[in-house]
Amino acid sequence: MSKILEVKELSRVFKSGSRELTVVNNISFEIEEGTTCAIVGPSGSGKTTLLGLCAGLDRPTSGVVNLTGTTINSLSEDERAQVRNQHVGFVFQTFQLVPTLTALENVMVPLELRGEATSEVKANAQELLTEVGLGDRMDHYPTQLSGGEQQRVAIARAFINQPKILFADEPTGNLDTETGEHIEELIFNLNKNKQTTLVMVTHDIELANQCDRIIRLKNGKVESDELVRRTNAEVAG
Amino acid sequence: MSWNWIFKMAWRDSRSNRRKLFLYMAAIIVGVAAQVAITSFRVNLNESIGNQAKELLGADLEVDRSAPLQPEVQAYLDSLSSDQARMLSFSSMAYFPKNGITRLSQIMALEPEFPYYGTIETNPLEAANQYTSQSGALIDQSILQQFDLTVGDSVKIGLVTYEIIGGIIDIPGQSMANTFLGPRVIIPYENVEETGLLERGSRLEYTTFVKYQPGTDPELVVEDLDAMRDSLSFGFDDVAERQDEVGEAIIYLSNFLNLIGFIALLLGGIGVASSIFVYVRQKIATVAVLRCMGASSNQALMIYLIQATAMGFVGSLLGAALGTIIQLYLPVLVQDFIPVDIELFISWSSVAIGLITGVAISVLFALIPLLAVRKISPLFTLRSVQVNLLGLLNLSTKTILTIVVALGVTGYAWIMLLDLQAAVFFTLGLSICLLLLAGFAVLIMKAARKFIPSGLNYEWRQGLANLYRPNNQTSTLLLTFGLGVTLISSLYLTQDLLIGTIDFEGEEDLPNLAFFDIQFDQNEGVNQIIADNGLEVMQNVPIVTMRLQSLQGREVQEILNDTNRVAERWALNREYRSTYRDSLVETETLQEGEFISEFNTFGEPVPVSVSTDLMGDLGVEIGDTLVWDVQGIPIESYIASTRLVNWQTPQPNFFVVFPSGILEQAPQFFATTVNTTSKDISLKLQRDIVLAYPNVSAIDVGQIVGTLREFLDRVTFVIQFIGLFSIITGLIVLAGSAATSRFQRIRESVLLRTLGARQRQVVRIQIIEYAFLGIIAAFIGLLLSLGSTALIGYFYFDIEFVPNFTILAIEVVILIGLVLFIGLMNTRGIHSKPPLEILRQEA
Repeated sequence: MSKILEVKELSRVFKSGSRELTVVNNISFEIEEGTTCAIVGPSGSGKTTLLGLCAGLDRPTSGVVNLTGTTINSLSEDERAQVRNQHVGFVFQTFQLVPTLTALENVMVPLELRGEATSEVKANAQELLTEVGLGDRMDHYPTQLSGGEQQRVAIARAFINQPKILFADEPTGNLDTETGEHIEELIFNLNKNKQTTLVMVTHDIELANQCDRIIRLKNGKVESDELVRRTNAEVAG
Repeated sequence: MSWNWIFKMAWRDSRSNRRKLFLYMAAIIVGVAAQVAITSFRVNLNESIGNQAKELLGADLEVDRSAPLQPEVQAYLDSLSSDQARMLSFSSMAYFPKNGITRLSQIMALEPEFPYYGTIETNPLEAANQYTSQSGALIDQSILQQFDLTVGDSVKIGLVTYEIIGGIIDIPGQSMANTFLGPRVIIPYENVEETGLLERGSRLEYTTFVKYQPGTDPELVVEDLDAMRDSLSFGFDDVAERQDEVGEAIIYLSNFLNLIGFIALLLGGIGVASSIFVYVRQKIATVAVLRCMGASSNQALMIYLIQATAMGFVGSLLGAALGTIIQLYLPVLVQDFIPVDIELFISWSSVAIGLITGVAISVLFALIPLLAVRKISPLFTLRSVQVNLLGLLNLSTKTILTIVVALGVTGYAWIMLLDLQAAVFFTLGLSICLLLLAGFAVLIMKAARKFIPSGLNYEWRQGLANLYRPNNQTSTLLLTFGLGVTLISSLYLTQDLLIGTIDFEGEEDLPNLAFFDIQFDQNEGVNQIIADNGLEVMQNVPIVTMRLQSLQGREVQEILNDTNRVAERWALNREYRSTYRDSLVETETLQEGEFISEFNTFGEPVPVSVSTDLMGDLGVEIGDTLVWDVQGIPIESYIASTRLVNWQTPQPNFFVVFPSGILEQAPQFFATTVNTTSKDISLKLQRDIVLAYPNVSAIDVGQIVGTLREFLDRVTFVIQFIGLFSIITGLIVLAGSAATSRFQRIRESVLLRTLGARQRQVVRIQIIEYAFLGIIAAFIGLLLSLGSTALIGYFYFDIEFVPNFTILAIEVVILIGLVLFIGLMNTRGIHSKPPLEILRQEA
């Protein structure tokens, strides 16, 4: 099985005046293709910062991130955007839909950005929205949708470009338990069907336990890194 | 780059924001409308002048002199063409027996051949052709109406009573402004001598109009006449020169209007920048998501650049349409000042220029906030960050942008003003204003941080602390509001400055009626009539006409022929009307030397006092000798003193004053001033004097001031009309600033409300912050406008600026009112609704 994400001696230091704050401190790990991995830890432990670094949303102070075979920290901002567009999907705690676009248009964005033909993109997006249970809400704007519905649109958007890896930041953090469970189910099912690698930041231990592997962070360092179940790949194998 | 997606995204993304973007468009609409209206109008005018060039003169050539033309000149004109029409013009009292009214009028005794081009428009139409054959008179139509006169009534000019044949509507080459010095009366040339006015001291102007024979080369004629003028004194004008003169006057007029219009467009630019700032700030999250999805920084920039350009284009298009409509109204405002009929058509070149500059200004000013879009990090999706947009731009980008904007502004000002130096000064002035305002903003923030007393109550502390907290509005508001106030206030103060110099009404100790051209033998009689009317003579000034014969031993003719001379032609050539007296009067102040009150030594040079302005135009100094030709007798004099004369008063003032004892025996006439207590008494006195002495002219100061005021009101109205554009744009910019601050503060207000703040407390905090900012911006803006107006007065109009505190007080009250209005508008709707609802709406 090949490595889809390799992180070597990664550090991120923030400067505030004369003070330096090390949020991610010399972290290294590898994630194999097709697996699911949860990053857990208390508030301020550096989970979200680590996720941002892995996804190429931020530049490390030192260390290397290799995503889908590309060392992304040497790339320019626009080159990293290109990598994200081709291989990465995102699900955010606050959904992050574009408020001026309808549900359908939001889902279409990643493929439209590639310059793909509108009719095909639209068909794909409609299919995905139907898959997440929003076939009848496609022309609604984000403000006209509930939190759970917005997150389902975000999930459809995350999968439209058939990403190799999906980054999710507290995907159920803004939702009630019942809706949260539906969303979890949706993410794991789609992830399995589309054979995507999942990297998820969460507080929720139950949610983390559904993953193949849990990386625990504390004060910017890896406290533990354990396999909780056999990987999907191993099960398949 | 996928342009298809970018355009699609730009369109989709603008959907819910188009209403908000209207603010941005509104500023551009008004700015472009002003520009298009003014430039179209200028094109219309120039075209009209070109088409009606010959009608500007009514002939091909006009030659004039204050005496009959010299035989050499007449012979030359005869050699050119036999098509000549003569005109004799002078000022005299017109008396209307029907109602006993007298009025100082401009009499034009005309030969019927004039005009060769165009027509004298009259009511009835045929009157223009009949006044000579019927020995009648034509009088300005407005005067006929004002005095309730009709065709068939009569008017007495000097000794002759003429029947009024018709009303004058238009004379080729003259505008309504020509009636400013008094109504125009046209009488036949042939019997003008019978009026008895030609010998009695009136200033006469002899004009000959010539229509060229086919094949005449106008340039050759100008060369010949120029050559003759070296030795003979006369004036001439031909079509080309008149066209240049009128064109030049129009360029000055439209340049001034353009400058005011340009201010509107610049404010529009600031409006664009501030609206786009607000807009982009609201789009930060969207840009971050798009970046996360893989949009490049250029794609993100292009989405908003396309929106800004499209809005600029739509705004400019609407502005151009509005400007074209306004242009139809402009001629109504200025027709009276312009000697041609303005032909109206849509000037496509002006529309194109308006569109291009509108879009360019939109893009140029929008670029400042838009370039920050490129720097919005996808990381903002994970963390909500408060972003300072300008802080995202690095120093070199800011510097390049500033230089581009400065070059753009200078370039545009150059095109508008046709003067690079003026354009550079304009940009410099503007930059200095902006720097000062920015400096004040920093100062205020520092002062607020350091000096807020801890003893103040919570609302005051919070309100004042908002001045320096992160994301404060201090700089933005001070810059936009302060600059708006500076520009608009400068406009008003300059206008007031100009009007103030000629407004001498309401000064009770000044005379309000002046009689001129009183002959030596009539002086006693006139004074008696004044006394009989129960009035007192305020001044009875003798006037002696003379010409300059030589200056510092050099003959005037010799100086005139000298190409290196310093002295002005008019000062050497003119007929001087001098007086003699033993003291200075109140409109004069001694500048240099000693005013000699009496001088009785014949044969010695006479010590005279010369006005400071004439000193400059003659290029002379104290002690220089001047020889005067006093009606055939040479009188040698030297300059003993110089006087600063306030010409803007109704008393008779003089360039040259002789001491008592020399000119008493010279042929002279008098000017007498009176202060009448009522209009009726004034009218009766004028009638009594004109009936007894028809050659005496009366100037009714009240009448003149009234006409002047009316004239100025019209000029002011034109300026205010164009200025209105700046004011409207300024208000739009203010609304933009208000929108910025609303977005900025709304979350804080909601948070405070959530934490239990009462509505009154939140409102107070906001009012304190904005009232403070507004008042400071208003005061700084006013201060800067005082400075700029003083500079404009000093450098441009050569007038000392005395601020009109009434205007300033009114401005301060209006500005504070505006600030409070903005403050209250800013908090509207926030307090009556639950916090959560507001957060949902505004998010």
